[in-house]
Amino acid sequence: MMPLFAALALLFFVAIFGAALLLVAKLLSTRSKPSKVKSEAYECGLPEQSTGNTKIPVKFYLTAILFILFDIEIIFMYPWAVSFRDFAARGAGFYAFGVMGIFLLIFIFGLFWEVKSRALEWE
Amino acid sequence: MGHDVFEITINSVKMLVIFLLMVQLVPVLVWVERRGSAFIQSRLGPNRVGPLGLTQLLADAVKFLQKEEFLPEHGYGLIFYAAPILALIPAALAFASIPLSAPIHINQFLWNGHSFGPYDFEFQSFHFGVGIVYVLGVSSLGAYSLLMAGWGSSNKYSLMGALRASAQTISYELALGLSLVGAIMVFGTFDFSEMIHFQSQPLTSLLGVHFNIPALNWGIFYQPLGAILYFAATFAETNRLPFDLPEAEGELVAGYHTEYGGLKMLMFYIGEYGHMMVGSALMVTFYFGGYLIPGMTVEQVHNLLGTWLHIGANPLAIVTALVLHVVFFIKVLFFLWVFVWVRWTLPRFRYDQLMDLGWKTMLPWALANVIITAGWMLFKGMH
Repeated sequence: MMPLFAALALLFFVAIFGAALLLVAKLLSTRSKPSKVKSEAYECGLPEQSTGNTKIPVKFYLTAILFILFDIEIIFMYPWAVSFRDFAARGAGFYAFGVMGIFLLIFIFGLFWEVKSRALEWE
Repeated sequence: MGHDVFEITINSVKMLVIFLLMVQLVPVLVWVERRGSAFIQSRLGPNRVGPLGLTQLLADAVKFLQKEEFLPEHGYGLIFYAAPILALIPAALAFASIPLSAPIHINQFLWNGHSFGPYDFEFQSFHFGVGIVYVLGVSSLGAYSLLMAGWGSSNKYSLMGALRASAQTISYELALGLSLVGAIMVFGTFDFSEMIHFQSQPLTSLLGVHFNIPALNWGIFYQPLGAILYFAATFAETNRLPFDLPEAEGELVAGYHTEYGGLKMLMFYIGEYGHMMVGSALMVTFYFGGYLIPGMTVEQVHNLLGTWLHIGANPLAIVTALVLHVVFFIKVLFFLWVFVWVRWTLPRFRYDQLMDLGWKTMLPWALANVIITAGWMLFKGMH
């Protein structure tokens, strides 16, 4: 429990530190004089064409979904990896490897299918 | 945190010092980056302000502080201002859990008429048993800062840069997470201190040649492929060249921090360099023996220093820890130099090449690394 509270304390400290930095910068900086042109979105100095509310390629959305799937699969491998040496030391290494092998086959099949279905093609 | 006032004070101060160490290393790294780039390109670089241009960033910081603060017209204030703060958090939290030096054992001592100790201090802000899971979890938060910066500035180039950056970060996180699985199998633990304990054992054989070198049982000898994959993925995670697509100046103005200036920009820099530091520190902890000096165990260093310096047991423990801390930072600085070196050696990737490399090359190789490691551990019998 103790390291958790320490990490939380550090989190709050860094957040307050960052906010204090911004506040100090605000106080020390020159008086802000916003004007029409200055507060436009910066597009290489040309007149503003569009705001950020543009259409976003659906590709990024797909990448995020695939990331979640694969990341969860990789997280499942962590407990196995950390106890693999104990399994091997007790003579159950091949069993542990075999069980993980089935999971890895599903993982590889998923990756292969994903590449095959052109979900990862960027043009 | 501790059992009495002394221990709690030391631990709190330690947390603050490690955070400030990370922040204070950033000006040095910026200087190394600018001078290093200059020398690689046969230029001189900043050399006017102070000796060798060392105080250049101090002058920059003063200028950063004076910059006008303003919010873009359509920007979302809360998100816009929260993004640079959030950029600091993952690096600071992750760096705090990495052991920077050997633990210190302080014997009982008398001070001001009161008896204190014995204490055991670790050279890290907090010690998680699941160190690597915690670091991976915390450093993934970096993607939020990128997206918030892009969305909050309400500029199409910022948004494009943020989307590219976050898609790239999460794609390479897969390869990064999977490349560490092999190392975790070899060490059999998530705990950084136990990993370094494993690496402090003597190396007895390599490629069939037998010898005996103390404290050289480094991860790189067990996981060469994993180390390469991990380091390559770190470049993409930190958005550094050759993977700096989010900041491709020719296409996007400056990526997700186009609308940021002054100190807010500096905070993004601190976040990025902090991320590089975490990546290098993990590389050192996993594959290059952490704070260990090759050929010398921690006890040997302690005894050698004891014969050189005739001081008490408590100061000697502190001096030993500081010496090992310097060794750790020399290793980390070497890998940070590699970041600069690669920047001027390799050209930038194209976006589809980048995604192909992450998903279709590095992910399968990392999987192969897991299977090879498992097979090697089973057949060569490493338990």
